[in-house]
Amino acid sequence: MFPKLVPVPSKNMIPERDIDKPLVLECINLGITFGGLQAVENLDLAMGQTEITGLIGPNGAGKTTVFNLLTKVYQPTTGTILLNGKDIQGMDTAHVNREGIARTFQNIRLFSDLTVEENVKVGMDAQMHYNMLSSLLRLPGYWKEEKAAHERALELLSIFNMADLAGVKAGSLPYGAQRRLEIIRALATNPRLLLLDEPAAGMNPSETAELMENIRKIRDTFQIAILLIEHDMNLVMNICEGICVLNFGRVIAKGTPSEIQANPAVIEAYLGKKKEA
Amino acid sequence: MKKIKWSKTTGKNTMTYGLVILAYVVLQLFGAAGLMSSSLKGMLIPICAYVAMAISLNLTVGVLGELSLGHAGFMSVGAFCGTSTAILLQNAVPSAPLRLAISLVMGALFAAVVGFLIGIPVLRLRGDYLAIVTLAFGEIIKSIFNNLYLGVDSHGLHVSLLSDRTNLAEGGSLIIGGPMGIGGIQKIATFTAGFVLIMVTLVVVFNLVNSRAGRAIMAIRDNRIAAESIGLNITKYKMMAFVTSAALAGAAGALFAMNYSTVVANKFDFNTSILVLVFVVLGGQGNMLGSIIAAAALTILPEALREYADYRMLVYAIILILVMLATNNPTLKSWLDRLKSGRRKAKEAI
Ligand SMILES: Nc1ncnc2c1ncn2[C@@H]1O[C@H](COP(=O)(O)OP(=O)(O)OP(=O)(O)O)[C@@H](O)[C@H]1O
Ligand SMILES: [Mg+2]
Repeated sequence: MFPKLVPVPSKNMIPERDIDKPLVLECINLGITFGGLQAVENLDLAMGQTEITGLIGPNGAGKTTVFNLLTKVYQPTTGTILLNGKDIQGMDTAHVNREGIARTFQNIRLFSDLTVEENVKVGMDAQMHYNMLSSLLRLPGYWKEEKAAHERALELLSIFNMADLAGVKAGSLPYGAQRRLEIIRALATNPRLLLLDEPAAGMNPSETAELMENIRKIRDTFQIAILLIEHDMNLVMNICEGICVLNFGRVIAKGTPSEIQANPAVIEAYLGKKKEA
Repeated sequence: MKKIKWSKTTGKNTMTYGLVILAYVVLQLFGAAGLMSSSLKGMLIPICAYVAMAISLNLTVGVLGELSLGHAGFMSVGAFCGTSTAILLQNAVPSAPLRLAISLVMGALFAAVVGFLIGIPVLRLRGDYLAIVTLAFGEIIKSIFNNLYLGVDSHGLHVSLLSDRTNLAEGGSLIIGGPMGIGGIQKIATFTAGFVLIMVTLVVVFNLVNSRAGRAIMAIRDNRIAAESIGLNITKYKMMAFVTSAALAGAAGALFAMNYSTVVANKFDFNTSILVLVFVVLGGQGNMLGSIIAAAALTILPEALREYADYRMLVYAIILILVMLATNNPTLKSWLDRLKSGRRKAKEAI
């Protein structure tokens, strides 16, 4: 079921990764401080081209901050981020996206006054080329690309069976559908690495089960890497090939799901605590 | 399952075009039948100019989502550059409609350039700060035109600021005379030109909004952080909306000015900016048809209230407040929404 995992000697602490797959993301000694608070410290992380990796840890551990560092919402105070071997230092958020990182947000950020279809189409902007003159004069280039974008949007929406909601205002969707739409919008930008921030939050068990299937399906059809923040351990343990556990901004463990589940430090800091609650 | 291509927006846009054409035809017929009062006749062109202004400002306020308090500045750039062009071309282009068209285009071009230059600092700001700075730029443009002298003689164009040092040769003439503005303008603006301007403005705005650029602009308005996360070039798209809005205001200003024999910079002051903003807010942000109706109605209203002379501005203000209350009343709004969704359901059932 899982792809072939082999141990690699690496200064990145992930003990195993698929050697057949070149790295899509490599973080070295990544860190950021807010005032006196060390929100993320000394993070090393490597992800192969079609890996699904989990990023877990208690509230306030710094998980979302890692996403904000990877997407350059925050500038790291230390460390390097390599995307397909390319240093993304000096790039802004939009540029990083065009280089291949797309994300969803923990607190949903849709374009709520646009329709579902428009939300997806706007994600394809970098792949569209017609200029302002074509749109003002409705030249053939406009019609051709708009038609292609329309079809592509419906195709993407059908991953989550949302094609019939295409004309609905995004803001009026139910919560679960909004989370799914955010994933589709991110996919529309043609990423190589997809960052999902608590995609199952607020979903019921059957929605979560469906989401789990869909995350796998997305990885397989788009052949992309997925980095996933999630508090639903069932989901994380089921679909992630590697897991990285953060606590107070520091990595306390890395490994396969079974290793993480058996790791005393993780049980102490996160998993065990959860059972008590 | 075949989806209908006729989306809600397309329907609304078509209705807007249709109503503008209908209004034009009806007014032309009234005019031809001699049913139109001369005061209304005299207002047709200013109404067209204000309608175009309102639509163009709605692009900035409703679609881009930035409050601009200096829109009259672009109108004034268009007015001065457009009329100057018309005067310079008086002999070269004998056909008045063609001269008018060239002048409107020149007004739009100059306003676009000014919009671009102002946009560079202004679009870095957000919210209230942006509004205040646009206000300042509106006033700066007014001051510049109040102190600008432009003359033409056999050697070409002469420009001077602060006082008239154009030193024109024999036979030269002063076009822009500082605070005196431009005088001796040929009134070549026509109602039909105004109608065409409104239609062009609508086509530009609707076609821009219904394109990748329009989607990006509205996405930036709705959620800037998400817009960045999907790779949109924020500066480029904001600038595109702002410059387009400025250019359209420039064309409107040129049309407006060529309905009078003189034009002075003080006509395009803060009050004018606010007046146009009132049209936009009353008509609904992002709602072009609303802007058109509000601009037309509120330009006619003070004239229509002329009989009440002393109470005119009072009644005007009260009507404004009442409309504002009515359009923002939550009960009324939800009732209208229910009415609309009810109608839609009825349509789907068929
Ligand atoms: N912009 C900021 N300025 C100051 N402190 C911040 C900022 N962003 C995050 N922090 C702090 O960094 C720490 C990590 O926050 P982060 O949002 O990354 O946690 P998280 O692991 O995503 O938690 P949760 O599971 O609740 O989403 C928290 O203590 C938070 O208060
Ligand atoms: Mg978080």
